[in-house]
Amino acid sequence: MTTQTLVMFGVFVAITLVVTYWAAGQSSTSRGFYAAHRSISGIQNGWAIAGDYMSAASFLGITGLIAFGGFDGFMYAVGWLVAYLAVLFLIAEPLRNAGKYTIVDVIAFRLRGRGVRAIAAISTLAITLFYMIAQMVGAGSVVDLLLPHVGYTPAIVIVGILMMVYVLFGGMLATTWVQIIKAALLLFTALTLSVLVLAHYGFSIAAFLEAAAHLRVEGVATNLLQPGAIFNGTHGALDLISLSLALILGTAGLPHILMRFFTVPTAKAARSSVAWAMVLIGVFYLSTSVLGLGAATIVGQEHIGKRITDTQAIRYIIRHPAEQHDLNNDLRKNGYLVPVRNSNLAAPLLANALGGGLLTAFVSAVAFATILAVVAGLTIAASSAFAHDIWWSLVRNGAGEEQEYVFVARLTAVVVGLLSIVLSIGLREQNVAFLVGLAFAVAASANVPALVFALLWKRFSRAGAIAGMLCGLISSLALIVVGPAVMGTHALFPLDNPGIVSIPLGCIGAIAGTLLLRDPESEAMYAQLHVRAETGIGAEV
Amino acid sequence: MQLHHHLTPPEWDRLAGDPDFRALVAAKRRFIIPATIFFLLYFFALPVLLGIAPALMRRTVAGPLTFAFAFALSEFAMAWILLVLYVLRARRFDEMAEALVTRTRERLSA
Repeated sequence: MTTQTLVMFGVFVAITLVVTYWAAGQSSTSRGFYAAHRSISGIQNGWAIAGDYMSAASFLGITGLIAFGGFDGFMYAVGWLVAYLAVLFLIAEPLRNAGKYTIVDVIAFRLRGRGVRAIAAISTLAITLFYMIAQMVGAGSVVDLLLPHVGYTPAIVIVGILMMVYVLFGGMLATTWVQIIKAALLLFTALTLSVLVLAHYGFSIAAFLEAAAHLRVEGVATNLLQPGAIFNGTHGALDLISLSLALILGTAGLPHILMRFFTVPTAKAARSSVAWAMVLIGVFYLSTSVLGLGAATIVGQEHIGKRITDTQAIRYIIRHPAEQHDLNNDLRKNGYLVPVRNSNLAAPLLANALGGGLLTAFVSAVAFATILAVVAGLTIAASSAFAHDIWWSLVRNGAGEEQEYVFVARLTAVVVGLLSIVLSIGLREQNVAFLVGLAFAVAASANVPALVFALLWKRFSRAGAIAGMLCGLISSLALIVVGPAVMGTHALFPLDNPGIVSIPLGCIGAIAGTLLLRDPESEAMYAQLHVRAETGIGAEV
Repeated sequence: MQLHHHLTPPEWDRLAGDPDFRALVAAKRRFIIPATIFFLLYFFALPVLLGIAPALMRRTVAGPLTFAFAFALSEFAMAWILLVLYVLRARRFDEMAEALVTRTRERLSA
């Protein structure tokens, strides 16, 4: 199986390297490197957005969350699709009309000054990093299960190096095409597996739902169609509402998604890219719900876990001595299979149950391709945030040669690549959808209020932007640190997701700052931003 | 002609106050504001109902399908319907914006 996975993954890498070679000549300017010369069509960009969005977290994480949490896991999928309505109505077109390469351009269009840009760039980098950790953790769990002979570290290094090659040589154009190819592969895989799941039930949706509703997990009757498996207890409802807020508003602040709107020629193309993305993403999430319920019913929750060896078990016990008793029991019962709740391995194990080794190898190769492509997309977002927003705007004040910026962007890509390789080692057992949820909370609390107010509220001032972004960024990060994800049962803040507190705090900061310190200069510039955003006059070409 | 190179700050203000521009913004807002409120209410009804009316959400509506799950699936339909409505309506916004740009260009080159 390892060989088959490697061969299939190798084919993907070969194709994408050819694309990178073709794109390499066209990324020597900032406009080429960050924005692919604005030459991507609406439909191509729709596939690329879908590719960026259908990450390892979506594919592996959502399938796992639905396999264990049933309906509650499905809530993530619902939130992530509906979120695009906010992007469609409020963000995509004005962003394309008023921005150049990054969302910071739009926030700082009339809110001139170093403070606004610096904080917006820092929160952009923070979001990208959170998201990157999630992707790399996803990579780790796939490597552990599917390529035991390759080993964790070499696999991560290979992913890191390939990602750097795409971004360094091919820039946005290569990254976009890698994303499109991957999106097509992933959608094909998810749909194929869904058909196989339904075929397992004789194409009877009724029989499939019956099975999901009458599951026995270690002798206990479980109904996956009922709510309450994940979000229960005293704070269950509040936790779900908080998560929903972050999911709905967070998408509109994700740097690597919003950056894609600068690669199309017009606002009209930006709109049609959201339309295509919403169709593709919706179909994908419907099929992941089939996969999740399929994994629970066909594979069985108690068989979704990590297969480990003797030495791995010993190492695990050294790291988690308190769990020795449970682990020994699990090992005795399941034979070196350690069940991990919210497992990311539901999808590959489902493939194994339905189609054996060859299908598992294919699904694993696609999962690798997914991680690689999304990480490349994140890297280019991080490098544009640094090179364009920090280096060009803040350090060099817009002076200097074009070549210098592309060089700085490439250098940032290398640093980000190395950083993500280092970060990915040691961060394994978290569910990746949960980590992505945190990235969304920061995006929704820090970036989105500033972006929306900058576009829609004439009086919005620099003080408001700075206060809003700082409140959102600091409160979301602080609440995560004192929350159950980090502090466990001794948490000072009861909710897993900080959105319900940090999003209003971000908005209140923005409003309070604006009301306290008026900013006539920025107000005078509003007419220009408003006309540009609504009509496309003066849009960057 | 790169229109924005010919626009001075007073010209931007004049455009912002132009009746055709105001009509364009008003037309967009007439769609976007109600649509945004609707989708937020429709979406948040789901987690809120899970909190306040768990018994209703756990009731089955068709075979084993619960009300909660059916509601969640209807969110997909809601998102796609609003998408289609917006894309159809936006054609008119494009025409209005284009007319305004053409008229401004003629005015400035005259």
